[in-house]
Amino acid sequence: MTTIIEKIALYQDYIYIVILMVFLGIEVIGRVPSVLHTPLMSGANAIHGVVIIGAIIVMGKAEADNYLALALGFLAVILGTINVVGGFVVTDRMLEMFRHKK
Amino acid sequence: MFLSIIYIIASITFILGLKMLSNPATARNGNLIAAAGMTIAIAGTIFLFRDDHGQALHNYGWIFGGLVIGAVVGTLAAKKVKMTAMPEMVSLFNGMGGACAALISIIEFNHLAAGIHASKGISLGDIFPSSSDYSAWTGEMLIIIAGLVIGAVSFAGSIIAWGKLNGKIHDFAFKGQHIINMLLLLVIVLLASWLISVYHNANMLVFYVILLLSLLYGVFFVLPIGGADMPVVISLLNSFTGVAAACGGFLYNNKAMLTGGILVGAAGTLLTILMCRAMNRSLKNVLIGSFGGSAHHTAGIKAQGSFKEVTLSDAAVVLTYAHKVMIVPGYGLAVAQAQHACHELEKLLTSKGVEVKYAIHPVAGRMPGHMNVLLAEADVDYGQLLEMEQANEEFSTTDVVLVLGANDVVNPAAKNDPDSPIYGMPILEVELAKTCIVNKRSMKPGYAGIENDLFFRPKTSMLFGDAKKVLQDLAGEIKNL
Repeated sequence: MTTIIEKIALYQDYIYIVILMVFLGIEVIGRVPSVLHTPLMSGANAIHGVVIIGAIIVMGKAEADNYLALALGFLAVILGTINVVGGFVVTDRMLEMFRHKK
Repeated sequence: MFLSIIYIIASITFILGLKMLSNPATARNGNLIAAAGMTIAIAGTIFLFRDDHGQALHNYGWIFGGLVIGAVVGTLAAKKVKMTAMPEMVSLFNGMGGACAALISIIEFNHLAAGIHASKGISLGDIFPSSSDYSAWTGEMLIIIAGLVIGAVSFAGSIIAWGKLNGKIHDFAFKGQHIINMLLLLVIVLLASWLISVYHNANMLVFYVILLLSLLYGVFFVLPIGGADMPVVISLLNSFTGVAAACGGFLYNNKAMLTGGILVGAAGTLLTILMCRAMNRSLKNVLIGSFGGSAHHTAGIKAQGSFKEVTLSDAAVVLTYAHKVMIVPGYGLAVAQAQHACHELEKLLTSKGVEVKYAIHPVAGRMPGHMNVLLAEADVDYGQLLEMEQANEEFSTTDVVLVLGANDVVNPAAKNDPDSPIYGMPILEVELAKTCIVNKRSMKPGYAGIENDLFFRPKTSMLFGDAKKVLQDLAGEIKNL
């Protein structure tokens, strides 16, 4: 029991961030009109592509003789980039169509 | 540290971007702002990142190679994809993100294991300062495995959802599948807790078994869910990947990953619930009480009476001499790429003095908002699109409803057949209008696989054929009148 309390105290910064982000995430899109559901999902999809940062760090830290880390890290960077770039471009394409109407 | 400031800016752009994406006027800029934030976060990480020993990253060739390949593939895929295939594309991109998170976990686990085997004991204290070694071990292991499981489930599930949407994979369910799913999940949790709780226990075999079971779970999780419910599933998997990305944030003490991931996790979950609400169903009902089990049920209510067909010229006359026409677009319109033809017909009718409006069901097509995106592409005026509630108020004063490839969203069974799998879903009440012309390719049931009583009603007449061709021919007939 004490260890759990200790851990909560130790990671309290993270816990604060998680709690606040959960409420912020809900609050921020709470009033989205159904017209924008698809672009919003696609945009959110691109944003979770931040995972690419992790892939870059993993790749950049891999030792030159660690072929497993090099190969998997390389693959992770490619997949992460596809997620980010593809996600933002496809969202932009969807939203571009809304712009025509006036 | 300069990089910390970059990450703070990136986090703000993600929040701001998401906020602006939920308003039609600012959506496009919101997307661009989030993209700009992402770009500086990536560039900052590459050049400014220092590990706990002050070391910069290396392997720049690999990193840039991966970035270039990914950027080219991603851009091409996003530019080439047809509007109809957009939902599949989002699902596929989501799967890539999930796979990326899982791969990071695999590498970090191997790293950890190598550290133990070389018995130099990598200093976990660096990552979690001032904590005991054991506490740091459980913490890091928990995050690695959470990232692995969630990422793998999201990857496998997204690939199945992608296959289902483009028709490559069909609904598949067997008896007791939910029990097997539960068991799979239980085994994953048990194995994971064993790895986490035993100090310096980096068992490779168990780790890869967890990976395999997670992939399997992702497949079995999505397989029995009906194609019509895929949008909900994609949205849910989207939020899963968000959480997997946040795990990376914990692992690298990276607040940009953490905020971005959790933000998407929360927003994605809410979006999932909003979509379920639009269909008047609970998430549990979508995930467990899936359409998959209704195959035998539908056999009972087949072939009820006869339907009547209408010729193109008759349909043209009916439409031209109506006061008010309501168009109900559905997936059929999307597959046929008929949005432009539809807009042409609408303009033609308007020029003949007919009042034309569109009735948009929130889940028509394969994704919420799918129809809006399509019609916007064809330059249809925003003011002509009615949401479900408005449309239902106007059907009683409508002369002709033209249903274009929509089926389940106009099925009266949702209102009056408690046995129907879609019972309780709000529908467009097209039967209130004076007449109803339904364009379909054949009498085959819609995506949910259930018969539609609407087609057999006396007020309804069928106009068979590909939506685009039918609309073009209709426009031709109307011009000749």
